[in-house]
Amino acid sequence: MDYGQSLLITLPEIILSIGGLVLLLVAAWSGAKATRAVSISAVALLVAAGVATLCYTGDAFGALYSGDQFSDFGHVLIYIAAAISLMIAPRFFQRAGLARAEYPILILYACVGMGMMVSATDFLTLYIGLELNSLAAYVLASFLRTDERSAEAGLKYFVLGALASGILLFGMSLVYGFTGSTSFVAVLGSLGGGMETGALFGIVFVLAGLAFKISAVPFHMWTPDVYEGAPTPVTAFFASAPKVAATALTVRVAVDAFGTQTLAWQQIIIFIALASIILGGVAAIGQTNLKRLLAYSSINNIGFLLIGLAAGTQEGISAVLVYLSIYVAMTLGSFACIMQLRGPDGEPREELSDIAGLSQTNKGLALAMAIFMFSLAGIPPLFGFWGKVVVFDAAIGAGLLPLAVIGIAASVIGAFYYIKIVKLMYFDESRTVLQTGDGKALAWIGAIMALLVSPLGYFSIPLLGGFANNAASALF
Amino acid sequence: MIQIIVFLPLLAAIVAGLANRSIGNVPAKVLTTGALFVSCALSWPIFLAFMSGNESAYVQPVMTWVRSGGFDFDWALRVDTLTAVMLVVITSVSALVHLYSWGYMDEDPDQPRFFAYLSLFTFAMLMLVTADNLVQMFFGWEGVGLASYLLIGFWFRKPSASAAAIKAFVVNRVGDLGFMLGIFGVFLVFGTVSIPEILVAAPDQAGSSIGFLGLRVDTMSLLCILLFIGAMGKSAQLGLHTWLPDAMEGPTPVSALIHAATMVTAGVFMVCRLSPLFETSQFALNFVTIVGATTAIFAATIGLVQTDIKRVIAYSTCSQLGYMFFAAGVGAYGAAMFHLFTHAFFKALLFLGAGSVIHAMHHEQDMRFYGGLRKQIPVTFWGMMAGTLAITGVGIVGLGGFAGFYSKDAIIEVAFAADAPYAGYAWFMGVSAALLTSFYSWRLMFLTFWGKPRWADSEHIQHAIHGHHNDVDHATHAHEEAAADNPPAQEDAGSAPHAHAADAEQLPDGTGGYHPHESPLSMLIPLIVLSVGAVFAGFVFHNFFVEPETAGAFWQGSLAFNEPLMHAMHEVPTWVKWSSTAAMLLGLLVAALMYLRETDAPRQVAENLSPLYKFLLNKWYFDELYTLIFVRPAFWFGRIFWKGGDKGVIDRFGPDGVANVVRSSSGLAVRFQSGYLYSYALVMLLGLVGLVTWVMVR
Repeated sequence: MDYGQSLLITLPEIILSIGGLVLLLVAAWSGAKATRAVSISAVALLVAAGVATLCYTGDAFGALYSGDQFSDFGHVLIYIAAAISLMIAPRFFQRAGLARAEYPILILYACVGMGMMVSATDFLTLYIGLELNSLAAYVLASFLRTDERSAEAGLKYFVLGALASGILLFGMSLVYGFTGSTSFVAVLGSLGGGMETGALFGIVFVLAGLAFKISAVPFHMWTPDVYEGAPTPVTAFFASAPKVAATALTVRVAVDAFGTQTLAWQQIIIFIALASIILGGVAAIGQTNLKRLLAYSSINNIGFLLIGLAAGTQEGISAVLVYLSIYVAMTLGSFACIMQLRGPDGEPREELSDIAGLSQTNKGLALAMAIFMFSLAGIPPLFGFWGKVVVFDAAIGAGLLPLAVIGIAASVIGAFYYIKIVKLMYFDESRTVLQTGDGKALAWIGAIMALLVSPLGYFSIPLLGGFANNAASALF
Repeated sequence: MIQIIVFLPLLAAIVAGLANRSIGNVPAKVLTTGALFVSCALSWPIFLAFMSGNESAYVQPVMTWVRSGGFDFDWALRVDTLTAVMLVVITSVSALVHLYSWGYMDEDPDQPRFFAYLSLFTFAMLMLVTADNLVQMFFGWEGVGLASYLLIGFWFRKPSASAAAIKAFVVNRVGDLGFMLGIFGVFLVFGTVSIPEILVAAPDQAGSSIGFLGLRVDTMSLLCILLFIGAMGKSAQLGLHTWLPDAMEGPTPVSALIHAATMVTAGVFMVCRLSPLFETSQFALNFVTIVGATTAIFAATIGLVQTDIKRVIAYSTCSQLGYMFFAAGVGAYGAAMFHLFTHAFFKALLFLGAGSVIHAMHHEQDMRFYGGLRKQIPVTFWGMMAGTLAITGVGIVGLGGFAGFYSKDAIIEVAFAADAPYAGYAWFMGVSAALLTSFYSWRLMFLTFWGKPRWADSEHIQHAIHGHHNDVDHATHAHEEAAADNPPAQEDAGSAPHAHAADAEQLPDGTGGYHPHESPLSMLIPLIVLSVGAVFAGFVFHNFFVEPETAGAFWQGSLAFNEPLMHAMHEVPTWVKWSSTAAMLLGLLVAALMYLRETDAPRQVAENLSPLYKFLLNKWYFDELYTLIFVRPAFWFGRIFWKGGDKGVIDRFGPDGVANVVRSSSGLAVRFQSGYLYSYALVMLLGLVGLVTWVMVR
């Protein structure tokens, strides 16, 4: 084992860990006034880690950690999402009177965990990364500790997360018990051929534990409550980076560890995917809170992502990665828009009724929001349509025609509430007096994301598709 | 050249229609009217070249349209004598109507739209007459139908106009279905839609039979009758005529252009264009003859009692179209086209004259409120007089006369001369209809221009007198005109309605203090030009259209010209030649008696023959009959499908049902999200158990 090489391959995690520790000291030393500097440094660290991840490839520490192209893709996407979550946050916390340096630092720690998740090639690395991310996430959810809802969100997330971790651990121990190894490669080797019931149980439990992290039905129950309760920048973060990490992790486990037992998990993934699409769509219709609505929207989108995984082919995994990238842009953009809604006294507004008539008060914001909603609904020519196309294409390519048909039909349900938002903005009379616009950062991020998911996004297809294909090929 | 003629109006329509108000009224009017005058100026040389025999038929391809196996045809413009005749008719009348509309539509707020529609119509009509294949003809056919719909409903805020537009569209659908089936059948039988190829191949198919609706029928008869049903719809022949009188809801220039001179004659044109096809089926020709002759007399009887000036002329048009059809039915296609040609001028003239009267009388259309207008609007009077002399066929046998004298009398004579079955019937109906035509035409003239003014009782005039000059929007007249359509007392014109007797007493001269004004020059010039046509068109052109020695060379085989029949037409006994003149004189005499001398006579006649009068006034109860047979059952049927089928089944189990399921399950999902940790954990565990169970039992 070449430690020097291993350390270089895990350099992004090392940069973020050490950088996070240093920033924590700085924050402890100089208190809240360092917040701005810490935030900027955190973004710089993410950039550095992103560069580091691209520089070195290969396996590290035996087969514990892999710096392959798949992990590179995941890392970069996670860092971008995390950086954006950092950039949209400061004004929100300033207004809430809680502009503290711990927020960027917690995000950095979460990124360390997420980086390990996408690179994990061993169940132990997987678990450590996942818990590292989760612990940071629990704190982030209750970051507005004076706010009841935020505290409640953190607590619920923690308790249910602990339950999910238990399920995951149990599954992992079963897999270990029946295969004799925690390494993905070894598990893959010994699961081939006939499989014992215990190992099958193990697979189901592991997938259930991971399904919690990606908030797939029926392990989604925490999502709406946590999304609604958590501070909005944190919600934006939850809806983007950890979703990328958890999805990538699930993909890697399914393909690298359980790839020889595709039939065992394929039906589970199909069920979870359809359940997520349908429930995500149906339940969103009844929501009145925008953040809750986007929570269901993320459940719905996870369903579409899992269709790509259910295909189980390289094409399918590539489609998952393309969809993830577009999803991150859409979801961060949507949150950037929502965060610009402020009541007359500057308090955040997040009810559905608050955006009624937005097109009259703030045309640009309404337009951006409309782009995100149409894109989420997968309506051409917006870029969200392309994500759905590649996913369904992969499913059809893998012979899962009925799944694709049901998925497409169910996406109509989702279209209802996305378009309802557009209808509210453009055709209804404004009822509440809103101040809109909240700093340049939000406006810029909203605008850039809107451009990315606008029809212009199609120009990125060769690039994005190429990266996604490379990344997916690393798993096969 | 021909491309410019056809596409210039389209270009003008597109520019005027799309730019609409942004370029303003005058540029839109200049553009469209100018385009039509250019088209007209280019059309006449073509026609004259064909007259002089210097030009022969040719086809000008435009672009490929369909190449699909054996279904293969182009956009192409066919120019031959028949087309040339139609070209001058269409472009001349259209150009004059464009010019006329400058004055007539002067107060309308939507002028660019109106002129764009007019030009669009002209393009479609030109496309129809230049068609080299049936599909392109159908394109033009539908195009004129669309333009007609848009123009009838031009004042769409007026409910009666919208209803009339829809009626015209729907009734034409019936005819168009026949036309379409005819085209399908032609393609099935001949394997092509190219008109020349069909006409060449047609005689070979004579006598063959084909399965239709489970029956074996004669191929050519079936095809011809299906195509003729299309012609019946467009040309408002008996049975499918009901839309034409209602179409008078459109602005009067539209009535002149579309519902008199051009579009309604498309059916006649089509029969003539396909005349070699029709010649292969005696059965179809008999059908055409009977329908045409019956329509001629039927429409004329209704025209006797109508009081709306435009409706009288509309029924007259219907009747004259009947003449053209039975001429074609007995084999005298040249005579049919001749009457089409002259009729276009004098009927457009009558309509534009009527428009001028309406303009002068402040949108009053009821002839019972006219009278004595001869002195007030002399140019209009003389124009109308020329039109009336032309339509009634005034002339002296052997010497000459007005346009109708040549064309209509030619039809009547040829019907007598033809040995086709039902030709005798057609001749008798033709002479009778000539009598009635003379009566109602002179009745119109006498009521409008002679006698004492009866204007005071008109609501429109009342409006004008009391200073309501600001009613720019014609739509506001809706209720009044609807009222005028259903006069309160069912009595014939001539006797002054006594509804406002008190007013009439106060103003014994009956003018109500109103002073009709002659129309502006833009309206009078078309009247004068058309008057020239009405007077001289027959005299100048009859050699080319119907004379056996010269007409064959003129037509150059573009229609089935029957030279022996034309010879026979000249050999008819003298009394036959005089019969239509006698009928005309008789009609004039009766009309003069009833409306100039014994002005109380019409009321007495109406009272004594009350059932007949009511029968005619209600247009033979055709509308009522159709309501009973078609409209009500259609509504009833529609309601079943709407309430039972669509709402009850498709909506209930389809969209609405799905929406309800989604909504209720959404409520369920929201309720399930209780907020309690233990229930969340329970769901997770149940989900896990479910998954495990599934992989176990699988």
